[in-house]
Amino acid sequence: MQATPQGGIKPWLLLSPALTALFFLLIIPTAFVAVYSLWLSSATGLATREWTLSNWTSMLADPFYWAILWQTLRIALEGTIGCALMGYPVAYFLARCRLRNKSFLVLLLLLPFWISYIIRTLSWINILGANGLINTLLEALGAIDAPLQMLYNEVAVVLGLIHYLLPFMILNIYVVLEGLDRNIEASAASLGAPPFRVFLEVTLPLSLPGLAAGGLLCFVLGAGTYVTPMILGGPQNAMFATLIYDTIIIQLNWPMGAAMSMLLLMLLGGIVMLYNRFLGLGQIYKSLAG
Amino acid sequence: MNDNRYQQWLDDYRNGRLSRRRFVQLLGLGGAALGLAGPLAMHSGRAFAMVDQVRFDGWGGSVSEALREHAFDPYTQATGVQVVDGTFAGVDEFFTRVRTSAPGTFNVFHSSGVFDYVRYVDAELDVTLDEAKIPNLKFVLPRLMEPFRKLSNGGLSAVPYDYGTTGLAYNTEVISEDEIREKGAGILLDETYAGRLGGISDWRTQCWYGALMTGQDPNNVEDLDAMWNALREHRKLLRKYWSSGAELMSLLSSGEIVATQGWSGRIATLQKEGFPIGYYDPPNTFAWQEAMFVLRGSPMQAVHELLNFMLEPEVAIAVAEAQGYPPSLDPTQVDLPESVTSLPAFDPNGDLAGRTFADPRYWNGVQPEWSKMFSRIERGF
Repeated sequence: MQATPQGGIKPWLLLSPALTALFFLLIIPTAFVAVYSLWLSSATGLATREWTLSNWTSMLADPFYWAILWQTLRIALEGTIGCALMGYPVAYFLARCRLRNKSFLVLLLLLPFWISYIIRTLSWINILGANGLINTLLEALGAIDAPLQMLYNEVAVVLGLIHYLLPFMILNIYVVLEGLDRNIEASAASLGAPPFRVFLEVTLPLSLPGLAAGGLLCFVLGAGTYVTPMILGGPQNAMFATLIYDTIIIQLNWPMGAAMSMLLLMLLGGIVMLYNRFLGLGQIYKSLAG
Repeated sequence: MNDNRYQQWLDDYRNGRLSRRRFVQLLGLGGAALGLAGPLAMHSGRAFAMVDQVRFDGWGGSVSEALREHAFDPYTQATGVQVVDGTFAGVDEFFTRVRTSAPGTFNVFHSSGVFDYVRYVDAELDVTLDEAKIPNLKFVLPRLMEPFRKLSNGGLSAVPYDYGTTGLAYNTEVISEDEIREKGAGILLDETYAGRLGGISDWRTQCWYGALMTGQDPNNVEDLDAMWNALREHRKLLRKYWSSGAELMSLLSSGEIVATQGWSGRIATLQKEGFPIGYYDPPNTFAWQEAMFVLRGSPMQAVHELLNFMLEPEVAIAVAEAQGYPPSLDPTQVDLPESVTSLPAFDPNGDLAGRTFADPRYWNGVQPEWSKMFSRIERGF
């Protein structure tokens, strides 16, 4: 059946509110940031409208930015792996349990989003701090004489990231596991495969799209995070978003901050494009749609 | 559309520089622009900034609580004018917010040091106060107003409100008074306390202390390499760079850190609450004054009234007691209670002699380079 000319316009008309919003709220602001990155910063902090590539050249030639960028990607990857390891069993349990109110359990997963991300991050100070829950408990049990230093290091940052990102991972894996044809697993079992082998050779490979989609979301969100390293990190745990904040707000160097923002955007955009090329973004849409 | 522009059009129309048709067109365009900007302007705070409302921005925490309880609420009760208060974590962050906002969005803020005053004047974000409408200015220490007057052709764009120092805060259960006096700023480089030291995440204070650690004049640092190396050494021993007064208090009170640079008022608050925290001002400690700076586009009638109310001795004393910083009131003119005279950094003579304040031109001049360099050191480079 061929689409009529009217039918060709209809989808665009339906899409126009979303496209307009995208244009004004995403494309135009990003274009502004891109233009800023090509201007000069003046001594007063105001950008001078002279076209230059100096922000880009000095940033790309400076090992400092690359080191922080590498550290950012490493911490985001650690957080993503942590989410995958902790999220898969939860998603598996949710998908396979026969509880009547399973949807309530899924709703519980979204419960942390009702509390501010900053408050959730700050709560770790009361758990891991020198006077926090763990140290107080260990000291009361006589296991330690002096408080363990569990805050303000990379482990604390990764823990904070996992706390923030875990629901994204669980939901992505859960949606895939829930949609699996259970007859395939039953067939493997009927051919003599023990349960662990069924999981390893059937369930896990079939759930990989969910794991990958969750991994992408966790990685991209983790790499752009600003609050977690600021609250839970020490002097050695800087991430790129913190650096962008410093450059724009403290150093008042908007053009350089804009160039750094564009670099991070291009890098994460490139990762998303690679993912889309090989795995497709369809799984993420499916998971987000619930 | 603001009043100034309308007045200009009206003036041009009355003087024949604008035709009636063009005048009406401009009014129509202005109205349309206002209609388009309406939803956004609603959130800028400007739409809410009615004549009976003043926006105030400050440091948050115990400082804001003190101002709210002892100055703003009583002022609102007395005059009916609301004071809507916001907070910021640092002066650089707030400067960026003001610069990117429409005039009138922010009215009065708790500025820090003369260097802050200079940059608002340089960026033409200031407004000259009508001192006749603030009679309580007569109680303010002249020494605190002098640098402002020099920068504003004899006038004032801010009212000095309090002063303090950024000295050394230490846990008295771990470090004795004798030790801190002996080591001074060097305590921040003491390997005995590796992993238990704190530091402010502010390039100015860090560079100031970098100068002290290397025996240099903070207002004229000659050996930059030595200063940067000292800050690198300090970073290696650090547990955490703190970025707000609340974080400073939390780190010290929880025992996470045993020594750091600290704001005198915040330490006074901790001491008042019974925590074993000492405070010591090393030679050439970082002294500063804070002021209530008035930004261009503010409702001046209400602002003048508010500032005058805040300078009433009873109000300023109550705020000082609560926030832990000595008021800008001249002790030779106003009888200050013991609760104020015992505050850290209080100067009984009122001339603030022997204190080292930051030279505003020097520190604003080095900001681009030093803030960038410190940002690297903070991250291990």
